[in-house]
Amino acid sequence: MKSVAVLEFAAANKRYGAILALDSLDLAVRPGTLLALLGPNGAGKTTAIALALGLFEPDAGSVRLFGQAPHALAARRHIGVMLQDAGLPDTLKVRELLTQTCAAYAHALTLEQCVRMAGLDGLLERRYGKLSGGQRRRVQFALAICGRPRLLFLDEPTVGLDIEARSIMWQTIRTLVADGTAVVLTTHYLEEAEALADSVAVLANGRIVAQGSVAQVRARVAQKRIRCISTLDVAVIAAWPQVRSAARDGVRIEIVTDLAEPVVRALFAADPALHELEVERAGLAEAFVEITRAAA
Amino acid sequence: MSVTLIDSQSVPAAPAPPIARLYLLEARHEFLRLLRTPMFCIPTLLFPAMFYLLFGVVMNRGTVSGGFIPAVYMLAGYGVFGVMAPGLFGFGASVASDRDSGWLRWRRAMPMPPGAYLLAKLAMAMLFALLVGLILALIAVTLGGVRLPLSSWALLFAVEVLGVLPFCAIGLLIGSMVSAQAAPAIINLVFLPMSFLSGLWLPLMLLPKVLQDVAVLWPAWHLGQLAYAAVGQPNSGSMIGHVVVLAGITGLFLVLARRRLARG
Repeated sequence: MKSVAVLEFAAANKRYGAILALDSLDLAVRPGTLLALLGPNGAGKTTAIALALGLFEPDAGSVRLFGQAPHALAARRHIGVMLQDAGLPDTLKVRELLTQTCAAYAHALTLEQCVRMAGLDGLLERRYGKLSGGQRRRVQFALAICGRPRLLFLDEPTVGLDIEARSIMWQTIRTLVADGTAVVLTTHYLEEAEALADSVAVLANGRIVAQGSVAQVRARVAQKRIRCISTLDVAVIAAWPQVRSAARDGVRIEIVTDLAEPVVRALFAADPALHELEVERAGLAEAFVEITRAAA
Repeated sequence: MSVTLIDSQSVPAAPAPPIARLYLLEARHEFLRLLRTPMFCIPTLLFPAMFYLLFGVVMNRGTVSGGFIPAVYMLAGYGVFGVMAPGLFGFGASVASDRDSGWLRWRRAMPMPPGAYLLAKLAMAMLFALLVGLILALIAVTLGGVRLPLSSWALLFAVEVLGVLPFCAIGLLIGSMVSAQAAPAIINLVFLPMSFLSGLWLPLMLLPKVLQDVAVLWPAWHLGQLAYAAVGQPNSGSMIGHVVVLAGITGLFLVLARRRLARG
């Protein structure tokens, strides 16, 4: 049985003047799943999040958060939010920010749990204004998860984080999802979506242009990437049929193609000394570029 | 609605946290924020005291005539001048910067009751108004030789603490309209001319007639008359009238600011 959606868009429209920022958006987020919202800037990701958070009302259609209007306080007590552009008071200490935010929930985490889950060791007594960009992101993440939300909004959560901090955050996100938390993630880092997402929705011009699991979206694009060491002229290779692009990086050449086999055969015919051959399926990044270009 | 029915079965209503603790924490943290902002507390607490010390105590030549006692008159005047700042700056500048930083937007998305933010700021403006009043009273009693009946002190403090409200409302409207960078300058453009034109620095009778005539336009003038009356100094107009004007200004600016803030 499918569980009830914690967040549901039904034919939601939002217009800013002449621009249709969201065009009849249908989307549902279920408990224990992570949905990655992808799309170029201006695709409508931010508008979709703002509607889900009750910051704006849709012009048409509906947005329901836990079955209620998103601006209802009772609905918002189920959510935690990390916004990309949200500052916090510089003069408050991390401990004070956490205590105050925890107080808005009935069953919040303890400070120790927040410190562990967001990697805030040694930061509690520091003023927010004195923190580095990465430390601020971790504090914002802690504030988002401190109320044990059933739905977590993460808007570009790992921008500015070093690799270790990012892996702590990823680990915590995975644990939360495994425990039944629903997560809506927007990110520019496609490897982040590949690593975390159960499903992906690609937005372009206010519409969903691709939706499904990471594998399904990736399969939308049949591109393969060929790498090898060769002395061949990339300009010549680029003119071959089925080759989309060819570029040289030092001794290596990298070729993007729709069909790998005939290109590999042609490569060996042209350069028997070719070695270190690799062929791989395109990642989400290539799929994403392809899908949004097709939608434009 | 059938959708609501299904959802209400599967999603239990979110329990509310203890509200009193949330409001108290907001107020406490608002106080800490102000305390850790020297650009706010030092001028707010020090300027009225310095001016009063200089003009009300040191330079006071004691020309007492017809019930007019300069040290008492200026105690009330600088008291009103002093409570304008926590209202205008405490609300105006801090709301503008919380809006600019995106903090207010985040708070609206999170389960933070919007009233807690405004109430905390209001409580802190009143607390700082009380502090200003107490500092001035201390100077008046110790250095200015001012002696007043207890009822006058009580009335003066009441005027000062409640008198911060219209300035909170004006500050809130400014804070909801301008950027954090522009807010202090714009607030000073309201604050300094209004205190001068309301006769809080120099008694109005020393100013040109035309300025005396338009003084009725300024909320600070109305609050000033209430403060002078509280300590038995010369004042003009009806007390009820002043209260009605100040309450009306508070209401009007609150409504305008609410509309402005609701638009995000």
